[in-house]
Amino acid sequence: MDVLRFLIPVSLGLGGLGLLAFFWTLRSNQYEDPDGDSRRILTDDYDDAPKLQDKAGTSETPTKPNQQ
Amino acid sequence: MTATDYPEASSGAACPACAVTPSAQVLARHAARAREAKIMLSLPGMHCAGCISKVERALAAHPGVREARVNLTQKRASVTAEPDITPEALVETLARIGYDAHELDAQTVALTTTDRAGRELLMRLGVAGFAAMNVMLLSISVWAGAEDATRDLFHWISAAITFPAILFAGQPFFRNAFAALRHGRLNMDVPITLAILLAVATSLWETAMSGHHAYFDAALMLTFFLLAGRYLDHRTRAIARSAAEELAALEVPRAIRRAADGTEETVPLTALCVGDLVVVRPGGRIPVDGIITEGASELDRSLLTGETLPVQALPGTALSAGELNLTGPLVLRATAIGPDSSLHALTDLVAVAESGRTNYNSLADRAAKLYAPGVHILSALSFAGWYIATGDLRQAVNIAAAVLIITCPCALGLAVPAVTTAASGRLFRQGLLIKSGTALERLASVGTVVFDKTGTLTGGTPTLIPAPQMDAETLALAAALGKGSAHPLARALVLAAQAKGLEAPELDSLREVPGYGIEAMQDGVIVRLGHSDWLGGQLDVNDTALSTWLQIGDAAPVAFRFADQLRPGAAEAVAGLKRQGLCVKLISGDTPGAVAAVAAQVGIDDWQAQTTPAGKAQAIKDIEGGVLMVGDGLNDTAALAAADVSISPASALDAARVASDIVLLGQDLAVLADARLVAVQATRRIRENFRIATVYNIVAVPLAVAGLATPLIAALAMSASSITVSLNALRIAGKGKSRRPARAAQAGQVQAAAGVIG
Repeated sequence: MDVLRFLIPVSLGLGGLGLLAFFWTLRSNQYEDPDGDSRRILTDDYDDAPKLQDKAGTSETPTKPNQQ
Repeated sequence: MTATDYPEASSGAACPACAVTPSAQVLARHAARAREAKIMLSLPGMHCAGCISKVERALAAHPGVREARVNLTQKRASVTAEPDITPEALVETLARIGYDAHELDAQTVALTTTDRAGRELLMRLGVAGFAAMNVMLLSISVWAGAEDATRDLFHWISAAITFPAILFAGQPFFRNAFAALRHGRLNMDVPITLAILLAVATSLWETAMSGHHAYFDAALMLTFFLLAGRYLDHRTRAIARSAAEELAALEVPRAIRRAADGTEETVPLTALCVGDLVVVRPGGRIPVDGIITEGASELDRSLLTGETLPVQALPGTALSAGELNLTGPLVLRATAIGPDSSLHALTDLVAVAESGRTNYNSLADRAAKLYAPGVHILSALSFAGWYIATGDLRQAVNIAAAVLIITCPCALGLAVPAVTTAASGRLFRQGLLIKSGTALERLASVGTVVFDKTGTLTGGTPTLIPAPQMDAETLALAAALGKGSAHPLARALVLAAQAKGLEAPELDSLREVPGYGIEAMQDGVIVRLGHSDWLGGQLDVNDTALSTWLQIGDAAPVAFRFADQLRPGAAEAVAGLKRQGLCVKLISGDTPGAVAAVAAQVGIDDWQAQTTPAGKAQAIKDIEGGVLMVGDGLNDTAALAAADVSISPASALDAARVASDIVLLGQDLAVLADARLVAVQATRRIRENFRIATVYNIVAVPLAVAGLATPLIAALAMSASSITVSLNALRIAGKGKSRRPARAAQAGQVQAAAGVIG
């Protein structure tokens, strides 16, 4: 049963990581537009050049390679 | 700072030298941010990934737009732009790529986007769920037979997880229970709090004494299930609120102000002062109370009084906010603004009427009132019984805690929100927005339905009554005259001519005579379309139809008669409600003739005409039993608030929508009968859920009182009853999906918001 000494902290730690990840998704507004986010992944607008972000969190329009 | 600014500097600057001075750019950008316009647009037509890119690209390509971001769930686009960019320009840009956009009032919408309470609940739910899963794993090994030191270790670890998790996640219950106790009341949260705290406390004690049973998992599971119920409840209401606020935000409060030097500018309503001159174009709604200083026109007062007949407006006429200017431009001097205007004068009446409604006791409240004292007494009795019988304090406390946990309203906490969420979601897909949590229960208990006429049973838009003696040529001429006018009768003529495929004849020097009609020259003969007083026409005294007259040269004028068209599904709704055994009435502010005609058309026998707003509210108070009021106008606002439950169409004035519990988003009234059926069904499900929860208690409580309950039995009873209750609630939602999907598609907003739910 000595293995419990490692297993319990490890499993709790992993679960805790999951919880922290959940907090992060909540805080960064990832539940605001579930519909849009699931579809945005299908577009290739920012595949070559990611949308630029500045400090305030607002983003600039990048030069889009596939736009005429 | 430079780390994040660097890529921008290198991509934005043309020469390497410019890249050396990124700080100047940053400064300029920050200065610019202070003067930028935030614009919100509603785009009900968006539905796919392609739409997102198309709309975002079109907006970003518009000169002056800094950033555009689409939210597909809410079907909105938020745009950050240079201060001189107007929403109209963006709407036009989107129209060119085929999207119908509407401006939303950014201030009203801003309230909906910051849903802090929902996020907080979700966070607590996450913590409770995480802790419950881990503690359950540890508990299972204890139930499976872990002994001595291992069991104690597992209990201690469970305690270490449970304690902080409960402290954080249980706060909403603790707060509510504390507030209730301070006012000397008992609510559902008091037994919940007591059970959770007692379970944690006795389990800690047991753990310290290296006992066999600890209820850490039960306490956490209880918290998790109850928080899930709270979150469902909150989300249903948040969705309804945000959709309701979007309706309000579609009416951007603006007015055209004429300055002293004669220049006109569009300003927000809040910037107006008493004494300002306000210009109202034909077809525009009067923004403030005022007195006409210039111009003549006709006014549509139907939203305020229920009368369909337009009234004349001349200099000196007093206007109320909310009236619709029909024919000529008007200049008015503002006499009352915002809270002082007549739009808000009814607020007192509404407040008085509403005070009656807050007395409504929801089913959940009534259940809690029976339940809470019962549980406490039972728990106290079993504690006393065991203490007296055995003299063992530890065992007595343990059993009291077990009784509280087993009887704890886990299923009761889910019983109501699960049903209302499912039922609201179903009604939402049919185009009904449930704003209040108890609206469905109240709707299920009504015995009388009162309808308003104008704008509710009728669409508020007149249509031409076909007359045999009217030839195509006359109609075509009248339509040609009416083409440029915003007057509803002129528009009805144009529509009638279009429906027959008539070609409009050539006319010269067309001009509108504000307040009277339109005149023009046809081949040297003067032709006029307008008011009966102007052209000397006279209908039969008994004829109550709306009319307009056409005069060619000096010939006798010809009459066109109009009827206010019924909303689609009006008769169906009345018949459906009657079939359910409800008494249906029509109370209107319009003339007896017009009201009687509509009442006969939809099949209502009991009608009342020329009723004042206060009279309507009084009439509703006089009706015995529950009353459902369906109305749209300002004159209905007090009545809507006085009724036990109220519905208003989306076309209603903001004040009426605020006063009502349910908003009808589509045009079709037939869903009303359905809505009442769903409400009855939902209430029956809630009652069933209470019964299911009680049955579980009846089975499990004797075990607990007898001291036979183990944490395993508690966990099984709790999850089994919660799952049964949730499944029972979902039966409502399932049936709605297959029926009438087409009807829900009528309003863009319905779809937009249905996306949030489903």
